Amino acid sequence: MKPLLKVENLHTEFRTDEGTVKAVDGISFQVRAGETVCIVGESGCGKSVTAMSMMGLVEEPAGKVTGGAITFGDDDLLRLNKHELRAIRGHELAMIFQEPMSSLNPVLKIGEQIMEPLMLHLKLKRKEAAAHAVELIRQVGISRPEQIAASYPHELSGGMLQRIMIAIAVSCSPKLLIADEPTTALDVTIQAQILDMLRTFKESSGMSLLLITHDLGVVAEMADYVIVMYAGKIVEEGEVTALFADPKHPYTRGLLKSKPVMGRRTEELYSIPGQVPNPLELTPSCYFHDRCGHCMEVCVSREPLLQPLGNGQKAACWLYEEAKIHV
Amino acid sequence: MSEALLEVSHLKKYFPVSQGLFGRSAAQVKAVDDISLTLMPGETFGLVGESGSGKSTVGRTILRLTDKTAGEVKFKGVDVHSLSPAELRRLRPQMQLIFQDPYSALNPRVRVGNAIGEALLDHGLATKSEVRGLVLEALAACGLSAYHIDRFPHEFSGGQRQRIGIARALILNPDLIIADEPVSALDVSIQAQIINLFSSLQRSKGLAYLFISHDLSVVEHLCDRIGVMYLGSMVETASRDELFKHPLHPYTKALLSAVPVPIPKLKRERIVLKGDIPSPVNPPSGCKFHTRCPLAVERCKTEIPLFREAGTGHFVACHLV
Repeated sequence: MKPLLKVENLHTEFRTDEGTVKAVDGISFQVRAGETVCIVGESGCGKSVTAMSMMGLVEEPAGKVTGGAITFGDDDLLRLNKHELRAIRGHELAMIFQEPMSSLNPVLKIGEQIMEPLMLHLKLKRKEAAAHAVELIRQVGISRPEQIAASYPHELSGGMLQRIMIAIAVSCSPKLLIADEPTTALDVTIQAQILDMLRTFKESSGMSLLLITHDLGVVAEMADYVIVMYAGKIVEEGEVTALFADPKHPYTRGLLKSKPVMGRRTEELYSIPGQVPNPLELTPSCYFHDRCGHCMEVCVSREPLLQPLGNGQKAACWLYEEAKIHV
Repeated sequence: MSEALLEVSHLKKYFPVSQGLFGRSAAQVKAVDDISLTLMPGETFGLVGESGSGKSTVGRTILRLTDKTAGEVKFKGVDVHSLSPAELRRLRPQMQLIFQDPYSALNPRVRVGNAIGEALLDHGLATKSEVRGLVLEALAACGLSAYHIDRFPHEFSGGQRQRIGIARALILNPDLIIADEPVSALDVSIQAQIINLFSSLQRSKGLAYLFISHDLSVVEHLCDRIGVMYLGSMVETASRDELFKHPLHPYTKALLSAVPVPIPKLKRERIVLKGDIPSPVNPPSGCKFHTRCPLAVERCKTEIPLFREAGTGHFVACHLV
């Protein structure tokens, strides 16, 4: 079956005073219909820029998608003009962000903001849209929907605003929802509500979800398929159970070991030494080499490629290349 | 039993809410509403709660960065809130604070070495010639290098800045460090480094921590005893193992079940709380949690539950326990 979304060799760069930062450096992945794919990584790994590139939200001239293709349905999103992209965005392809407050217009009533895509994409009349907006607010579990529709964003809490964002995002029944750290700014009990709701929506509508997060707990709970990014590249990917049970890349292993897990307390946490490399000083090498306990000569001088390792997992690491050569 | 390092009893901190043109005080936010806790030397007490629970205000009121409304804070037997400014100043080096965002806590134009050393000079705890050596020592203890001493804050990563924040507190040789969400802004791999730094410093220097955090997995890792706050009140306190194995308060149970665990396909019974945290300006009557509590009965709406002992060292405020 043809995947719903296919990202091929995506490159996105940002020009800064000190040089060009390759924020996303040749990544490829796909999302199938009804699937939840999680992109996980730490700050600066390029996970958000990947989403921004897909939505055509990379701000030029400082940033630019410099190569690759993003096939969504039958279209290459990177080749569409502004009008064509607008017809898809917010309709078949929707996105929610970490900060719901800054994504909503502070001087427009909540109801109006939910009605906007309904009138634009589904060509509903004002009255129909207004009724539908109230229904959507009810669906995201907010009581007194009529009253909420008539209020302004500053009158609502963060959790409620994120629900409204979800209501707007799913209003036109998107095929794919991109959620960039949707619960990071929320309290844990509210996070549980939002994740629950995303799951329910997905099950009832068959929508696909591309979830971007730094929280491995959220990944374990939501993902079917996991992509681990480090310094602009995919270092490992695989089906969620396999990847958590048997992580291949030393970075993934380190990440999983360094997170304190409730009910599994240890005296000392494992920690990955050092820090993320400066994106301006990258040379052809494995970008993780200076933090890796298995670093070999080849890791410092040549870049490992992402390759399949059986049971659906892929990793970009010389350890597995070497093993192959010796076999 | 040795003497407590910090004893907080019935601490209250209310903030006035002003309204109208002349700032008439119309209502009060009960940010901290009758909180008691005890901290032994060398111990870590974790204060957990969601936003608006008042956990940060507890920390700030203990240090007298803000005045109390009622109650008592005793540090080594001394009532912190009755000290004169000069006496308080003398006490300050012994109780230090570490913030969530170390960057906004550092002056961008002051070299890191000076930022770490200035308090020593200010308090007259070292002479100018001694300071550099002590700063180098503190840097090393926090995993930073000697050449960092002359750099500026912007040259450091988030994790390194938090190390600077810790070094700055540590150099005064305190007995108590209040750490307010010190690892919340950090990435997982860096967070683990800082958590380990906290534990190793505690072992080597016998520090006591009041560790304020919303992250239960971090709190479980670091803390000996834990208190759970909701809307300004303490709802449960217990030792770490007791709290995580036998939580009694429905809020604690919900909180624990809401934390995502990095184990895929793990079947857990999740209690999803309904609704949002109510506004602290107008908290619910009776038990403040009754509006979201899955078990609430009539009595919870009217009667404030007492904070009482439900097992050895396990305190809880709930009618149903």
